[in-house]
Amino acid sequence: MAIDPKLAEDLKSQGVHVTSFEGLINWGRASSLWPLQFGLACCAIEMIAATMAKYDMARFGAEVFRPSPRQADLMIVAGTVTKKMAPQVVRLYNQMAEPKYVIAMGACAISGGPFKDGYNVLKGIDRFIPVDVSIPGCPPRPEALLHGLITLREKIAKEKLLGSNRARHADPKGPGDLPVPEFGPHDLEPTFNPDVWNPPCLTRDASAS
Amino acid sequence: MTPDLPAILTRLHAALPTAAIAHLRNPSPSAQDSLLVAPESLVAVCQFLRNTADLDFDLLSNVTGVDWPEPAKADAVAVPPEGTTPPACGFLEVVYHLYSTSLRIGPLVLRTRTTDRAEQVHIPSVVAVYRSAEYQEREIFDLFGVRFTGHPDLRRILMWDEFLDHPMRKDYVAPDDYQYEPTPHDAVLEKTKKHYPARVEI
Repeated sequence: MAIDPKLAEDLKSQGVHVTSFEGLINWGRASSLWPLQFGLACCAIEMIAATMAKYDMARFGAEVFRPSPRQADLMIVAGTVTKKMAPQVVRLYNQMAEPKYVIAMGACAISGGPFKDGYNVLKGIDRFIPVDVSIPGCPPRPEALLHGLITLREKIAKEKLLGSNRARHADPKGPGDLPVPEFGPHDLEPTFNPDVWNPPCLTRDASAS
Repeated sequence: MTPDLPAILTRLHAALPTAAIAHLRNPSPSAQDSLLVAPESLVAVCQFLRNTADLDFDLLSNVTGVDWPEPAKADAVAVPPEGTTPPACGFLEVVYHLYSTSLRIGPLVLRTRTTDRAEQVHIPSVVAVYRSAEYQEREIFDLFGVRFTGHPDLRRILMWDEFLDHPMRKDYVAPDDYQYEPTPHDAVLEKTKKHYPARVEI
C-alpha cells in the first residue's frame, strides 16, 4: 500500500521515517557501493583522484575499493580494454556477486575511443558485459565520475524488486555467468555476446552517399 | 654526438674481413646514415662494437622492425626521380640503435634484412650480446613475424599466443567488425556501404 506523501512528510518532521522495504533495500545498496579495485589505463588515474581527499568519493559511500571481486558490487571499467584483457574483465564480472553494476569510464571503455580501429582494442566493453552508466571523456574528470556514480545511485533507487519489470538480480531467471570470449587465431571468439549487445542496425541515408 | 660512420666501417672491415657491411645513406633531411649488416655477421659486429674499448657501444637502446613489401603492380609504374635508385623492397628489416654511454656517442644505427617476407625471415638474436634486446625482439617477432634464431624465449609479447597474424605488416587485414558511425566518410563510408545498405524509398 502506498503511503500518502504528505503524511510521510509530517511523520518525517516528527522524526519518524516511513518507507517500503524496497526503498530501504535500494537505499542501502545505493549508499554503499563497493567498487572493484582495478584500472586499465589513464582513466584509472582519474578514478584514483576521485577517491582522494580533494574529490572524496567517500561522500557517496563508494570509497571502499575491494581487491576481490567477491566483495565488490561495482565494476568501474576505467581505461582501454584490449582484446587480450577482455576475457579477464568478463571473468572478473562473473566472479562478482549479484547485485552488481558496471560503469564504463572513458571513451575507450565505451567504444574503443581513439584506438577503435586498432587491431588489439575491444570496441567497447558493452559488447561482453551489461553497462549501467557510461561516462564520456578522455579521460573524464573526477567530477564526471562522481556524476556517473550519482546517476547510478539514482538508477539503483528506482529498481523494482518484485513484478515483471524487476531488476536483474531480483529475477531468479536472470542470466548467470556470461560466456567468456576465447582467444581466436585472428580475433576474440565470439567478437561480442549477442545476449548483451548487438551491432546497431541502422539504415544508411541514401542521399548522404 | 653522432658516430663517425666511415671510420667505424673501416675498422669493422679490418676486424671482420668476411662480414658484409655497407654504409647506407639516408637521403632525407635528417641524414641519419646507418650500417647495413648481413644477418650472418650481425652478432660478430655487435660484439666488436661493444667490446672494443675506444668504441664501447654498451647500450642497445632500441630495436624495431620495418616492413618493406613488394610494391603493388599499380604502384610499380612510377618512375623514380632522376639520379636516384628506387628503394629495395620485399623483405623485413630490423633496426638497432646503439649508444656509447661512456664516450657519449650515438645513435649508431644498424640495419639487417631478411631474405623475403614469407619463409626466409630468420635473423640471429643479439640477446647474448645485449640483454635489453630480449623483449624488443619478442615484440618484433609478434608484430612483424621476424624469427630470431638463438633467442632464449621467443614468444608473442603483446598479442595472445593463439594469434596467427603479424599486425604491423603492411598487408595485415584487420578483422572485419565494422560498427555504424554517424558521419562516415572516405574509407569508412566504403565500409558503411558494405555493411549497411542504403535505405530503399518506398
